[in-house]
Amino acid sequence: MSHTLNHSDPNHVAQQYSSTQGIQHEEPLLFEYHHDAPESIQLPGVEGALSADLTRFSRSTPANIPSLSEPETVRHFVRMSQWNHGIETGFYPLGSCTMKYNPRVNEKVANLPGLAHIHPDQPEDSVQGVLKLLYETQGWLGEIVGLPYVTLQPAAGAHGELTGLMMIRACLDARGEHQRRTVLVPDSAHGTNPASAALCGMHTIELKSGADGRIDLDELKAHLNHETAALMMTNPNTAGAFESDVKEICQLVHDAGGLVYGDGANLNALVGVARPGDMGIDCLHINVHKTFSTPHGGGGPGAGPVAVNATLKDYLPVPHIVKDADAYHLKTCSDTSIGSVLGSIGQSGVLIRANAYIAAYGRQNLHKIAEDAVLNANYVLHRLKDAYHVPFDGICKHECLLTDAIQNKHGIKTLDIAKRLIDLGFHPMTIYFPLIVHGAMLIEPTETESRATLDSFCDAMLEIATQCQAGETELLHQAPVKPFRRRLDETQAARKPVLAWPT
Amino acid sequence: MTIPADLKYTKEHEWVRIEGEKATFGVSDHAQEALGDIVFVELPEVGRPLEAGEAYAVVESVKAVSDVFAPVSGVVIEVNGALEDAPELVNSDCYGAGWIAKVQIAEGSVELLSDHKYSTFLEE
Repeated sequence: MSHTLNHSDPNHVAQQYSSTQGIQHEEPLLFEYHHDAPESIQLPGVEGALSADLTRFSRSTPANIPSLSEPETVRHFVRMSQWNHGIETGFYPLGSCTMKYNPRVNEKVANLPGLAHIHPDQPEDSVQGVLKLLYETQGWLGEIVGLPYVTLQPAAGAHGELTGLMMIRACLDARGEHQRRTVLVPDSAHGTNPASAALCGMHTIELKSGADGRIDLDELKAHLNHETAALMMTNPNTAGAFESDVKEICQLVHDAGGLVYGDGANLNALVGVARPGDMGIDCLHINVHKTFSTPHGGGGPGAGPVAVNATLKDYLPVPHIVKDADAYHLKTCSDTSIGSVLGSIGQSGVLIRANAYIAAYGRQNLHKIAEDAVLNANYVLHRLKDAYHVPFDGICKHECLLTDAIQNKHGIKTLDIAKRLIDLGFHPMTIYFPLIVHGAMLIEPTETESRATLDSFCDAMLEIATQCQAGETELLHQAPVKPFRRRLDETQAARKPVLAWPT
Repeated sequence: MTIPADLKYTKEHEWVRIEGEKATFGVSDHAQEALGDIVFVELPEVGRPLEAGEAYAVVESVKAVSDVFAPVSGVVIEVNGALEDAPELVNSDCYGAGWIAKVQIAEGSVELLSDHKYSTFLEE
């Protein structure tokens, strides 16, 4: 297979910026690199004759793997890593997904040999230190959300949703209410909510949001009945607005015999200031990467602890860490538990990083996380509210929502604005979510960004708005013109995905 | 934005062509434009009875996954199998080759709008 160089030819307008052009190498795939150089990997030969048992397994044809030396392989991956935009190369305001900077001190703590080099199956008395840290983390998380009973097992937020719903189902079954199998989910919810409900064997009913983007009480009342298992709500919701009727909402669900599941995706706006447990929520998962600065999982090891109130505590997964005098133990048996949802007590390396972040702020200062995150989002909203349409009035929480309604008049859409941001050196915000807002742009700066960074992002957004106004539609439709890969054909990628090297 | 005069529309942006006892369903130009490039259409099974307002198909675009609702009640008699290989027909020809299903009409309908009323509804 031949490989052609594909350097872009940026037009004159784009050349004003130098923000996204670093060292650029065209990079073939490992298989395209393949050269017939068997000397690049040298394995020692077999001494003596193979026994008949082993000969059976000897390979008759060569393995179809690339023949590359170690430095060639290392350079391949390092070069490709340089094409990426990460939170450590630039601002990354991805609303609702939360790309929060991971402080280096977290890494230092998690890499202490006594924490990094242990095994989940070691005897309890040899891992008292990490059990103490995890027990402490459990307690802190429970206190922060106002739901004191916590499992650290779930390996991701969506896994936490499933775990929470399994507990709710077990609780309702224990009450003899086997008919309660309906989960109410607002139309602004994350897609994982209905997916988790379906995986738990429940039916989902979508609640239409009110004109202000919040849960509509009449719509909720109309769907509450003897089949209601739970309402899944996100507060603040995905439009960045606080569900100000939350107490009444929880009361209505409880009066109807159901329970309230809280999606903790947006806990960053509340941490240290308000507690979901105090609002009437029964069960909440915590995305530690969104709130407590652990690395974003991206399919790798993550953690989605779940906190519950007294109603659900008997159903928590086992094993569970308990403290007995001065020693920590794993409680492995319970008659009412839903069982285990992970092969160990939790992703300790991730949870230790969360512990480090909470400890760095401390009890007295934890509220600054939420306050700075909300302040930053409102600062961005304030600077952009005249240039971009704001669908819902009022202050936002930790993320702000804009649309492309003004730019539509010039033939420019949200996708074009997002792509142009890449030229200006920023990762685009979340686009076309929440689904209830046409042309949505959801911006979440998080608490760690400086005012200078926020200003440079807002300047870029204002410049794009000016370019729309000035009729530079061709440039915006072609964007990004600067980076190594230009506008990708996302439609073909979804329609005809090529996910494996054709062997 | 085209809104053919010989079709009826719903507030959920579906169109229906009623011909005697039979009806053809699809999504409007506004809907395909708002959805963006369609990458997958999940078709109903032939023989399935539909209530007016019931979700009978799913369209997936690069932006989102959306239900498509039946404008009138009926039993599915034919589906547009071409969409399995070419879902982009919904974008390129939403009122023609991008039709989704045909039904034998039964009693029941959601509120159907004329082209004029649908046009006014879109402006609101």
